[in-house]
Amino acid sequence: MSGDPARAGDPPPRSVQRPEITRVAREAVQREAGERVSDPTGAEDPPVGPKDPVRLGAQRTLRERRRRTAGIVFHVLCALATATGVVALVILLGDVLADGLGEIDVAFLTSFASRIPERAGIKAALIGSLWMLTLTALISFPLSVGAAIYLEEYARKNWVTRMIQTNIANLAGVPSIVYGILGLALFVRTLALGRSVLAGALTLSLLILPVIILASQEAIRAVPDSIRQAAYGLGATRWQAVRMQVLPMALPGILTGTILALSRAVGETAPLVMIGALSFVAFTPRGPLDQFTVLPLQIFNWMSRPQQEFRELAAGAIIVLLAVLLLMNAAAILLRNRYQRWH
Amino acid sequence: MATVHPIDAGGRAPALEARGLSVFYGENQVIKDVSLVIPAHRVVALIGPSGCGKSTLLRCFNRMNDLVNGARIDGEVLFHGQNLYDREVDPVEVRRRIGIVFQKPNPFPKSVYENAAFGPRIHGYRGDMDALVEDTLRSAALWEEVSDRLGESAYNLSGGQQQRLCIARTLAVKPEIVLMDEPASALDPIATQKIEDLIWELKARYTIVIVTHNMQQAARISDYTAFLYMGELVEYGPTDTIFTNPKEERTEAYVTGRFG
Repeated sequence: MSGDPARAGDPPPRSVQRPEITRVAREAVQREAGERVSDPTGAEDPPVGPKDPVRLGAQRTLRERRRRTAGIVFHVLCALATATGVVALVILLGDVLADGLGEIDVAFLTSFASRIPERAGIKAALIGSLWMLTLTALISFPLSVGAAIYLEEYARKNWVTRMIQTNIANLAGVPSIVYGILGLALFVRTLALGRSVLAGALTLSLLILPVIILASQEAIRAVPDSIRQAAYGLGATRWQAVRMQVLPMALPGILTGTILALSRAVGETAPLVMIGALSFVAFTPRGPLDQFTVLPLQIFNWMSRPQQEFRELAAGAIIVLLAVLLLMNAAAILLRNRYQRWH
Repeated sequence: MATVHPIDAGGRAPALEARGLSVFYGENQVIKDVSLVIPAHRVVALIGPSGCGKSTLLRCFNRMNDLVNGARIDGEVLFHGQNLYDREVDPVEVRRRIGIVFQKPNPFPKSVYENAAFGPRIHGYRGDMDALVEDTLRSAALWEEVSDRLGESAYNLSGGQQQRLCIARTLAVKPEIVLMDEPASALDPIATQKIEDLIWELKARYTIVIVTHNMQQAARISDYTAFLYMGELVEYGPTDTIFTNPKEERTEAYVTGRFG
């Protein structure tokens, strides 16, 4: 609401309220100073600031110097904090690359694991990871986006919704090994899926569901309400407004959240160890009910052997895993930029 | 204060009639027993100070208040003799036949064309969409300015053009009544002038109810004016009468700028 017409009833400022008093006072002062009493309105303001301007920075007091020093110290501390992270990462990457880069060739990518280090490769793990990734995405994406849409667009804001909301936020903080125990009890045993890709994917889906739900909710909430109002005002149903306006606008955020959550799933080890996937696998899954291994498990497997050759193999697998993760993050950024062209 | 203000609408049936309408937000009653008749093919202005409930009243006319958490509505709004708040009435259908334009231009983040086509699309329009879009943009006096930019994002248009696009988008679903909630308050004087000219032209084909904060605007464009104060309908009548010879003292005080 803008454009308030001028208010007639506002009280005038105090000095204007009683002009006769200020005028009399000023005239008295002026008479004292032997000046001619003339202009009753144009009182001169005293000049502001020093009469004799000094050069900036010429006279710096102790306090000012301390203030400057504190600023510089803080600057340096922040830069150091950043450097710590970067340096650690560079050392880690350098070490892994030095150990493992020599291992990576076509044979490494296309051979199965073996007891003989020269013949060992990551085919089973790489294909297993892709299986896991695809299944997890297929399971978790529709479930999380559906939950996010329900919570943001359909659910009434009452204590039940608030409780669900709080629990989702809490679930996002549950350690992954706990999900592994749940997966073992529910999927491997109760549903009798065994140590299959499907059981693993379901477990990892549970693990990342809360993360995607929260990211999707955030993205949906960021769509301005005026867009919903516009759609409803044209006679759109709730579903039409959501499908045709809200979701397309929220999609970049939803996809980014999903891909980041999936890249977490690809790197997960503990829950899969828990459901019993840590075994020697020298074949690729042909269906969702086959046994499997994934890159982090393979790395874990090789690292726990005493021979140096296997450690180098593990380093090679780490490089491949990192490459997969970086590709996924790049995809997230690309998607986000691509869908934001209208904004 | 259940005063019905009968208005001579040239023998035509009223487009809309509110009877004993009250709106509550939680414990707060923001509209108090308002009754009024909106004549067909006329421009009716709702004026009043900020917070007097004029936007809320406007949103009752196409059930936009349904979307507000905790809003409760008593009374009736008659449209072709049917109460819009009857159990069997579908608010989605109501909003197609009674369109609304908001205070701030809110085009969809899509092309100009897609903005105009959205309404017809969701209602399953099967005819020539290009023709409908052109026709719609023409009736919102926008075609000349955007005919070569249909594929561009609506966000590239100026504020005034965006608002006319929003009006076009509303007209595209062929409503009978167009509600406007301070449609020009976010625009500069020239864009405002264009919107006002447009409203003047649209009157021939639509009934228009407009909320405005600007009394000169109400005086310029409306046939009837309703003055609301603290949720009550204080006075309603021909715009000339409200501005030159109001019956109520509060109306006179407001239109002469003594408060508000």
